[in-house]
Amino acid sequence: MRRAKRDASLVEGAVHAPLAHDSAVRHVTGAALYLDDLPEPRDLLYAFVRLSDRAHARVTRLDVTAAASSPGVAAVMTARDLPGENDIGPVLPGDKVFADGLVEYWGQSLFAVAADSIDHAREAAFRATVEYEDLPAILTIEQALAHGSFVLPTQVLRRGAPSKAIARASRRLSGRLAIGGQEHFYLEGQVAMAVPREGGGMLVHSSTQAPSEVQHLVAKVLGLAASAVTVEVRRMGGAFGGKETQAAPVACVAALLARRTGRPVKLRLDRDDDMIFTGKRHDFTAEWEVGFDDEGRIRGLELVLASRCGFSPDLSGAINDRAMLHADNCYYLEDVSITSHRCKTNTVSNTAFRGFGGPQGMMAIEAIVDAIARELGQDPLQIRRRNFYGRAGRDLTPYEMRVDDFVIPELVDELERSSQYQERRRELARFNARSPWQKRGIALTPVKFGISFTATQMNQAGALVHVYTDGSIHLNHGGTEMGQGLFIKVAQVVADELGVGVDRVQVTATTTDQVPNTSPTAASSGSDLNGMAARTAARTIRKRLAACAAAALGGKAEEVVFAGGKASVGRRSIDFADLATLAHRERVSLSATGFYRTPRLHFDRERHRGRPFYYFACGAAVSEVQIDTLTGEYKVRRVDLLHDCGSSLNPAIDMGQVEGGFVQGMGWLTTEELWWDEAGRLGTHAPSTYKIPACGDVPDDFRVTLLHARNRQPTIHRSKAVGEPPLMLAISVFHALADAVAAVGEHRLTPRLDAPATPERVLLAVEELRARLGQPALREAAE
Amino acid sequence: MSDRIRFILDGKVKELAGVDPTLTVLRWLREVERRTGTKEGCAEGDCGACTVVLGELRGGAVRYRAVNACLLFVPALDGKALITVEDVRGAEGGLHPVQDAMVECHASQCGFCTPGFVMSLVALYESEPTPSRQRLDDVLAGNLCRCTGYRPIVAAARQAYDSGAPRSLAAQEAALTRLLASVQRRDTLALEHGGRRFFAPRTLEAVADLLQRHPGARLVAGATDVGLWVTKEHRALDTLVSLAEVEELRAVTVTGTHLEIGAAVTYADAHAVLSAHHPDLGELVRRLGSQQIRNVGTLAGNVANASPIGDTLPALLALDASLVLQQGMVRREVALDGFFTGYRKTGLRAGEVITAIRVPVRSPERAFRAYKVSKRFDQDISAICGAFAVTLSAGRVRDVRIAYGGVAATPMRASACERALVGRAWDEATVAAVLPVLDGELAPISDARATSAYRRLVARNLLRKFQLETAPEGAATLAATRVLVAEEEA
Repeated sequence: MRRAKRDASLVEGAVHAPLAHDSAVRHVTGAALYLDDLPEPRDLLYAFVRLSDRAHARVTRLDVTAAASSPGVAAVMTARDLPGENDIGPVLPGDKVFADGLVEYWGQSLFAVAADSIDHAREAAFRATVEYEDLPAILTIEQALAHGSFVLPTQVLRRGAPSKAIARASRRLSGRLAIGGQEHFYLEGQVAMAVPREGGGMLVHSSTQAPSEVQHLVAKVLGLAASAVTVEVRRMGGAFGGKETQAAPVACVAALLARRTGRPVKLRLDRDDDMIFTGKRHDFTAEWEVGFDDEGRIRGLELVLASRCGFSPDLSGAINDRAMLHADNCYYLEDVSITSHRCKTNTVSNTAFRGFGGPQGMMAIEAIVDAIARELGQDPLQIRRRNFYGRAGRDLTPYEMRVDDFVIPELVDELERSSQYQERRRELARFNARSPWQKRGIALTPVKFGISFTATQMNQAGALVHVYTDGSIHLNHGGTEMGQGLFIKVAQVVADELGVGVDRVQVTATTTDQVPNTSPTAASSGSDLNGMAARTAARTIRKRLAACAAAALGGKAEEVVFAGGKASVGRRSIDFADLATLAHRERVSLSATGFYRTPRLHFDRERHRGRPFYYFACGAAVSEVQIDTLTGEYKVRRVDLLHDCGSSLNPAIDMGQVEGGFVQGMGWLTTEELWWDEAGRLGTHAPSTYKIPACGDVPDDFRVTLLHARNRQPTIHRSKAVGEPPLMLAISVFHALADAVAAVGEHRLTPRLDAPATPERVLLAVEELRARLGQPALREAAE
Repeated sequence: MSDRIRFILDGKVKELAGVDPTLTVLRWLREVERRTGTKEGCAEGDCGACTVVLGELRGGAVRYRAVNACLLFVPALDGKALITVEDVRGAEGGLHPVQDAMVECHASQCGFCTPGFVMSLVALYESEPTPSRQRLDDVLAGNLCRCTGYRPIVAAARQAYDSGAPRSLAAQEAALTRLLASVQRRDTLALEHGGRRFFAPRTLEAVADLLQRHPGARLVAGATDVGLWVTKEHRALDTLVSLAEVEELRAVTVTGTHLEIGAAVTYADAHAVLSAHHPDLGELVRRLGSQQIRNVGTLAGNVANASPIGDTLPALLALDASLVLQQGMVRREVALDGFFTGYRKTGLRAGEVITAIRVPVRSPERAFRAYKVSKRFDQDISAICGAFAVTLSAGRVRDVRIAYGGVAATPMRASACERALVGRAWDEATVAAVLPVLDGELAPISDARATSAYRRLVARNLLRKFQLETAPEGAATLAATRVLVAEEEA
């Protein structure tokens, strides 16, 4: 009966309805197949990749003879054995399938073994002999800056005369913030299975957000034409940016070994190898000097960002660009310079992760605004408000894009009221006054996130729709399903267009031989791009069907209405399935492709000027925490979120993105700490040491509201992208923790708290603040 | 001469022979049986994607427990029922109330962790009445979700209970009880394959006999740590002797002076009695590992493992716990203090077995507190753990125990600091005065969990906190000193 209730909601009003994820029932019954669950082809081999155990070294000897003769081994592959190219850098060269004589981080792939079992492959791999000659390693941002070690040239975005403006301002402050990286910790690790095809072709099942890119890179390493390689992905067990470029080496190794042996090969990294081998969110440092007036309005800002890119460029250019483009967040910065150093280090090459540099840029400006408020002894919310973008004259971003759909002031007012921010701030003050060891803090922080790939050419998508003669519909598009609910959203769009229930729409695995040359499913763009492309395809078929229906029912094609599983003209109607049969009989094509390119985008990457974003997605959050000033432990007590999803395609799915993104961001800024030892070896390479949020970290008092406002831009059904922006709502947790630390000094001093704010960092911030309180002279010296 | 492993799967007796006794249940399910609903997320019992439910006969009824299939060796299935996500359904077919609520509440996104959550919640639903939020957090701490932020999963658990739908496993329980009865064994389960041996004896006598015949044998109970040697270190283990099925070791006895916890008593089974006598020890056990780990791991295993960050060890030291040891038929009792002789080394003799932990009962004069400080509150290993017991006489320290984990190569007592406190007034000034003594006794390292400086600072602060909470006059309430105490407890 419950099922019936759910099914009833599927039939009508497909768009904007809170439908369940397309695989929800399969998820809960264990019937959803992930790559490693697929039936294994006969003669399948299992691959293992041996990783380097040096951060920077010449490989003086690599002898794989013992591996090759180990039991069960079918093939061993090193950098010298590739039929095609070894370099698989996504934008610029630098990422190699196998290290070729030089190891540039601890965990780089040296060679791979394929054997009849994973145990045999692993045993064999460790029988090979590897000898190194160590080279000096640069591990940290500070070391890289000192040595001038960069993967890409430093960029500067400048407007006006910031140093003069700072000098002229009545008040000045400077500071520094360190922002940690983050491991994706998708529950399903990296995995690929390559199956040789006749004629030298290759089918690669890959857990990837970027099937077209994997296709091109596999073709490149095999020395094949792209058309000889097909990449397919039905679903991923999470990705979060970690399966954009990082899926490629796994797929390439599987394909190379399959090519070598003529047998199917599966490579699945175990959790430790996955965390050691693949890139993460960039850690950053931000140093700043700001001039502001007595009201707290920023007059001039000089901000220097530096990020740890690791040993290769990967996507670091675009990621650091996005950090620069989000260092304004919601605030008007008239005279500003934003410098961005892209540091080369002997660590894993950092990569895309939900927010793509935006969160780090936003953390920087939020710390600056917070420091101004503390300096003036004001509630940070007041200072945030005073610096918001406003009317003409205060509406141009540092890159000179007009902020013309800025909902933040109203949204923040609404959240301030609904969360009872002011009452709670007063209550907290009373609590803190009577509580010597436990302190509470609260913060409201806003988010404005630019939607579109900053690389303009990536803002395109394709889709393929077939209608069969029984009225069932096949939908395929370039977007990949990683749990975000893209498949159900796009199916809703197609169902809506054709006036049928979404249960008629079958979404099939994303594959490069159905829709070619697709962009990765990234930058929150999945439903914006693929929803539009799929609607275009469905609309083409609808127009053809309308002509058939008009001929059969009488009337004009423009008068035909598709709804309720029927095509109707006035009172006359024909069932959708009958119409499909009729169209086929009339020899009308029931298949169409659709294509979409985002309009209005232009961006000069050299000058950092233009309109890189189609629109902005906005939200705000209030978090309240309690800290223990003896241990640094803390608890998030209550969270209120208000997020703008436009006219949501599926509010249930979007709610999941908002809540899940927030908690993931909270993990980034609290307990998720990446730790390397002095040799450059990652110490936190499994969930035993790397702590993502658990159930108990999420407050029971968690109030989430979607702001339903039509997107001013004509996006798909006026919805807004939602994948990344909510992650940054978690900056409120970080600032609530800082606020609780500040309470130790009765809010007179700005705490020095870096991210992630582990209990250790919270306690050290408490101690440091206490030291400054006890020694006022020390404070002046430090500042 | 190798036995067959006999257990219940899909309502039938399943017999396994000729398998590596250190093959994990997860690999057996996925690679041999091709039952792929159960997932591998980490292979170390931290993410819960591999969660399955074991049904076992206890007192004539079936008890359902969620466990990590990734750490469980197949011989552990002997005599039990294995229930995987493929078996779960509602009383009338269709979805189980937990599955149904998970769909309705949008509690899955990527879906990879979902079967594990379903199994944890099914075990709960079939065993316990409506849980509190804290109970849900405890039960789900061992299931990580990276997509949803947990809110809809908690909502689904509540909705399942609110639905009032019948427990579906209960409906088939009579049949399962009979089947389980048919696979119980009285004698030792003895397995041998590829040079590896596994024994699950039923009596202490049989244990002694096996240890005599196999002097190098590794003893296990829940094998939650030894499992990692296989899944993470890929070590080959020759001979394992499991204490888990020894009935004599499953007893929890409360005498006038002691709680005696048998070596095969799981954390989950020991929790209630430990909590009743020593709430803070109960709290440590509640936060130890995850429900899945607590359902198989044991206090004796924690002791024998002798990790410097073993969660319960500082508390047991502060409480003056002792160990009952048995070698052949020779029994002795030793104090836990002094048992840890070096990094992961103990005073256990060859062939000797810990048969029980003896913990003194609560005494009204002695105040006891324990504090575990970790990066994440739930399901994390302590960066530092401090446990303290003090007996006062007219406001002065008559006797005190100060024990830490995470500050040296072994769990340790800060004896010099203890001596420095005896006879002095139990106030903040006294504690401040002895902190340098304490500091001199600590030798913490910096690692992924914390820096040595933080460990030193927290070690000092925990002693301060203990004093605040146990001051003879004006002792601070827990709400004033602990971040996680709910306001209603204030």
